[in-house]
Amino acid sequence: MEKHEFHITAETGIHARPATMLVQTAGKYSSDIMLEYNGKSVNLKSIMGVMSLGVGQGADVTITAEGEDEAEAMDGIKATMKSEGLGE
Amino acid sequence: MSKKITGIAASDGYAHAKVYRLIEPDLTVEKIKVEDPKAEIERLNRAIAESQTEIERIREIAVESLGEEEAQVFDAHAMILADPEMAEQVEEAINNEGINAEAAYEEVTNNFVTLFEAMEDNPYMQERAADILDVRKRVLASLLGVDLPNPSTINEEVVIVAHDLTPSDTAQLNKDFVKAFVTNIGGRTSHSAIMARSLEIPAIVGTGNISKEVSNGEMVIVDGIEGEVVIDPSEEDVTTYNKKADEFAELKAEWEKLKDEPTVTADGKQLELAGNIGTPRDLEAVLDHGGEAVGLYRTEFLYMDSQELPTEDEQYEAYKEVLEGMNGQSVVVRTMDIGGDKELPYLDLPDEMNPFLGYRAIRISLDQDEIFRTQLRALLRASVHGNLRIMFPMIATLQEFRDAKAIYEEEKEKLQNEGVEVSESIQVGIMVEIPAAAVLADQFAKEVDFFSLGTNDLIQYSMAADRMNEQVSYLYQPYNPSILRLIKNVIDAAHAEGKWAGMCGEVAGDQTAVPLLVGMGLDEFSMSATSILKTRSLMKRLDSSKMEELADKALNEATSNEEVMALVEEYTKE
Repeated sequence: MEKHEFHITAETGIHARPATMLVQTAGKYSSDIMLEYNGKSVNLKSIMGVMSLGVGQGADVTITAEGEDEAEAMDGIKATMKSEGLGE
Repeated sequence: MSKKITGIAASDGYAHAKVYRLIEPDLTVEKIKVEDPKAEIERLNRAIAESQTEIERIREIAVESLGEEEAQVFDAHAMILADPEMAEQVEEAINNEGINAEAAYEEVTNNFVTLFEAMEDNPYMQERAADILDVRKRVLASLLGVDLPNPSTINEEVVIVAHDLTPSDTAQLNKDFVKAFVTNIGGRTSHSAIMARSLEIPAIVGTGNISKEVSNGEMVIVDGIEGEVVIDPSEEDVTTYNKKADEFAELKAEWEKLKDEPTVTADGKQLELAGNIGTPRDLEAVLDHGGEAVGLYRTEFLYMDSQELPTEDEQYEAYKEVLEGMNGQSVVVRTMDIGGDKELPYLDLPDEMNPFLGYRAIRISLDQDEIFRTQLRALLRASVHGNLRIMFPMIATLQEFRDAKAIYEEEKEKLQNEGVEVSESIQVGIMVEIPAAAVLADQFAKEVDFFSLGTNDLIQYSMAADRMNEQVSYLYQPYNPSILRLIKNVIDAAHAEGKWAGMCGEVAGDQTAVPLLVGMGLDEFSMSATSILKTRSLMKRLDSSKMEELADKALNEATSNEEVMALVEEYTKE
């Protein structure tokens, strides 16, 4: 299992358009990918799930990927986080 | 048997085509217990798959007819539709509660909508709630086996029949196939009417019940000049229609010839004909129709088409594009006119009892001056790219103008200190739409560089009649001598100080009003691009001294809107 903690720096948090990009990225991999924030955990492939968490600026979130392509998935997510200016 | 229905003629022209009803079907869901949850889940999956195909199809068509950016909303829809979390919850509801797919889908989507709508500080999420509702409509329609209108998939010539048309409805229409609009409600200034005029297709609004009178595929004739719809026309009707349509086409061809002609009256008086625009994209239409200037650039679309306040650079780019596009001809930019019927989800303006009399336009700009300063800086920076004129909307008092002008001067000085080049010939004026400003025009004229009359608001405020309220629509009397006197007062005040007066409201292109305005000495007429040539053609036939006589009678002898109309008729008879 791949696990990584991200610090959200985007002013709007994971709400606006970048969230869509993140979900689209997750959707490319077969691994189960979860986003954990504030004790709640949602499927990162679900836009509704991700948006319902209400992750704001300054939040620390944990993303886990489990499956055959878990390493690639985590790399992809890191790249999207960076390119969309979401966090690091 | 053919049948006639009349309404308000809102856009010129004739059309003869099939009806396309843009009317929402009934999607009421009944919650019922099911025996076989598995079969329900299959039904649900089929409906989702069907909707997915539908959305993809709509997206493809939308990309072609509207462009990639406008079509992106359908990506969001596809994503919501395919959402694994939501699908799981719906399946759970079907399994655990043993209910039908419709009810389960409605229940789960409702939870998300409630959740998102509650995020009041986050307009983006509130918009996603609207997306969920859109997606739900499609899935429920599929489950219930009813047809949902898909305006973006229209591929034959049609007349759109609707209760009313919203901007999101018209955004989905392929303009090549839409030949006319007919709606139940609305007036000449409603969205459907304005849209029809910019598309140059006929429109009839306020018919009352057209949606109940016609069915899909039925043939209709739309006469946008008389405001008449002929349902199931006879051969005779069609012959009459063809003749009128031909004559109208000839007339339009005549107007077309005036594209590069100057705007002069029969006796040689020079006037200026300008176009109103909402975005840089609209510039093309103004130039195509022979506009000599931009008399009103409504900048609020920059704010409304965005998820957040537009940055100084975004605004600068838009203003620069317009100024350069006009190639040295003047561009009057109206600063942000938000409020009234124009809301901004991200600004969180309070709900008001009387929004038209409330916190809007310059009142917001002066109160939240950082927004105003950003806009002024963008304008000042863009000023070197053309002939810029800045106009403040909704000015009621001289103090408001002075305050706004002071902010403008401050920003100008700041920019210059930063070494930014700013044009020295920017005119700063006001929009006159509040009677208080019209009455005190002589004092204003000493300080402003120009006036531009906004007639819709000037009429509604003078008559104390909400222009959205159909029950008082009879008070929309643009030729009432009271309104004409206010206009005349503004024009005379401007001229006494060597300034100019224009008009950028609906009335400036109104064929009954133009003779009066010419007679009253108005300098600049700004209107929808599509009215420019028609107006130039009319002006060429008018004798300005005769129109002065007409205006004099209308101002001093007439007692009503109707009397003025009769006078105009008398004075413009060939």
